[in-house]
Amino acid sequence: MVLGTYKEAFSARSTDKAIQKVSQDGGIVTALLSYALEEKIIEGAVVAGPTDEMFKPEPLVALTSDEIISAAGTKYTFSPNVWALKVAVRQYGLEKVGTVAIPCQLMGIRKMQSYPFSTRFLADKIKLVVGIFCMENFPYASLETFIKEKLHSSLDLTLKMDIGKGKFWAYTDEENLSLPLKETHGYEQAGCNICKDYTAELADVSTGSVGSPDGWSTVLPRTGSGNSLFAKAVEAGLIETKPIADVKPGLGLLEKLSDGKKSKAADEIKKRVEIGLPVPF
Amino acid sequence: MLAKIKEFLGLGSKPVAKKEVKKEATPEKPNKEESQQEVEKVAEKPKIGYIHLSGCTGEIMSLSENYDILAEILTNMVEVVYGQTLADVWWDDENPMPEMDLALVEGSVCLQDEHSLKEIYEVRKKAGLVCAFGSCAKNGCFTRFARGGQQAQPKHESFVPVSDLVKVDLTLPGCPASPEIIAKSVVALINGDMDYLQPMMDLASCASNCGCDLQTNVVNKALCTGCGTCAMACPTRALTINEGRPECNKNRCVKCGSCSVHCPRTWFPEDRIKQDLGL
Repeated sequence: MVLGTYKEAFSARSTDKAIQKVSQDGGIVTALLSYALEEKIIEGAVVAGPTDEMFKPEPLVALTSDEIISAAGTKYTFSPNVWALKVAVRQYGLEKVGTVAIPCQLMGIRKMQSYPFSTRFLADKIKLVVGIFCMENFPYASLETFIKEKLHSSLDLTLKMDIGKGKFWAYTDEENLSLPLKETHGYEQAGCNICKDYTAELADVSTGSVGSPDGWSTVLPRTGSGNSLFAKAVEAGLIETKPIADVKPGLGLLEKLSDGKKSKAADEIKKRVEIGLPVPF
Repeated sequence: MLAKIKEFLGLGSKPVAKKEVKKEATPEKPNKEESQQEVEKVAEKPKIGYIHLSGCTGEIMSLSENYDILAEILTNMVEVVYGQTLADVWWDDENPMPEMDLALVEGSVCLQDEHSLKEIYEVRKKAGLVCAFGSCAKNGCFTRFARGGQQAQPKHESFVPVSDLVKVDLTLPGCPASPEIIAKSVVALINGDMDYLQPMMDLASCASNCGCDLQTNVVNKALCTGCGTCAMACPTRALTINEGRPECNKNRCVKCGSCSVHCPRTWFPEDRIKQDLGL
């Protein structure tokens, strides 16, 4: 259960060249949300949209595939998408909403669905949550430190950030800068240190790069609705898949990282309890 | 407090544990046995009372917004034995307040209003379970801003949560509590699903919570991840997220505590969520 409950694991990528060009890895989040929008499974999606500041996202209620694509690619800092779910329902009047969420956001969404204390007629409007694997999240100032102080580059020149192969990467037009991952340790937000969920275990479908080759994503369909959506998107030819057993590095690495996050969190929780701090899990 | 409530209800936190507790009930504690019978009675067809104190009627409107199931619930699933709006039953010296399995109390209690005080103490005597229904009853909410000097009664200035005066067994916070949480709780009560109601019991003794508590109880405790759930839950848009942390506009905050209740880092019902998702 180190990866939570899931139906089957795949390595997959979007077949859409426009998505492949802008996506972080296999473009699964973008492909699934766009497909759900086209099929009218959702009427809009809350995504981490671009702002005037590079890599500083803001929740965007996307009503078209183009808007969804505009939010493609990982931003390693906060985008309080859960907040905008209410905006999507109340201000945009959407009856069926999809979103992309990291594990802590999923916890907030799912808790609200099980215990909708003060969210009148909101819980049932959330039809699809695509979860992304997440080890930790960084305050924006931490990203500035990585790019400016440690890599001596600038956020404006940075085209893409990535974490993989033990390094934090920043790609510019001219070069691929990298930082050993241990240089980033201590810059993540403290709230992440007690989180035991690496693979977005409460999502309808979870996805992330770990386990699959470059340009592909590992996909774990979890709920019944998530599983059928993913199957339909594959059937429609929008997503191509390979059995996860046939690719390197495969599920083993994902399990190792997930297990590592769980045991690190357990240690931190123990420490916090010892000094009398509250911990919800 | 939690342990006391659990003892009062004769419950463990899980339904499985509930049975074991029942078997272990000892004759030296007649009080405990009595309350178990109370719970069993509740599981049949609960007698419900509705007490309306200093609240805006939002909770009862929210309750009645369950159009699809309301008629069925009121006709066949519960018996409303007391309440001005739902049952047209008033209590006075000649007509004693009936016994109730569950009393839903809407609104806070005005200390200067002798009728409210008398009623809440009587409710505690007559009701097996007292539920602080809505945030005004739970923690005072908007009535916490009251300072008297207004018509129709200028002396009415001190409004306190129900739990300041009598023991509260469970609470449904919210401003108002949503129609769905009311429906879910009623169904849980009818099914005897005390496991679902456990968080409502755990929250019953908490009479604080306003937007600023997020800073002290979540951010200051190294718990916040900037997920945005608090801002989603806020009914007055007092909360925004700035640099990944909640920011409370005190001019908008009505002190309902919805933000703290919804925050996944204040309490987290993992088992229930997985059960609901089929995971």
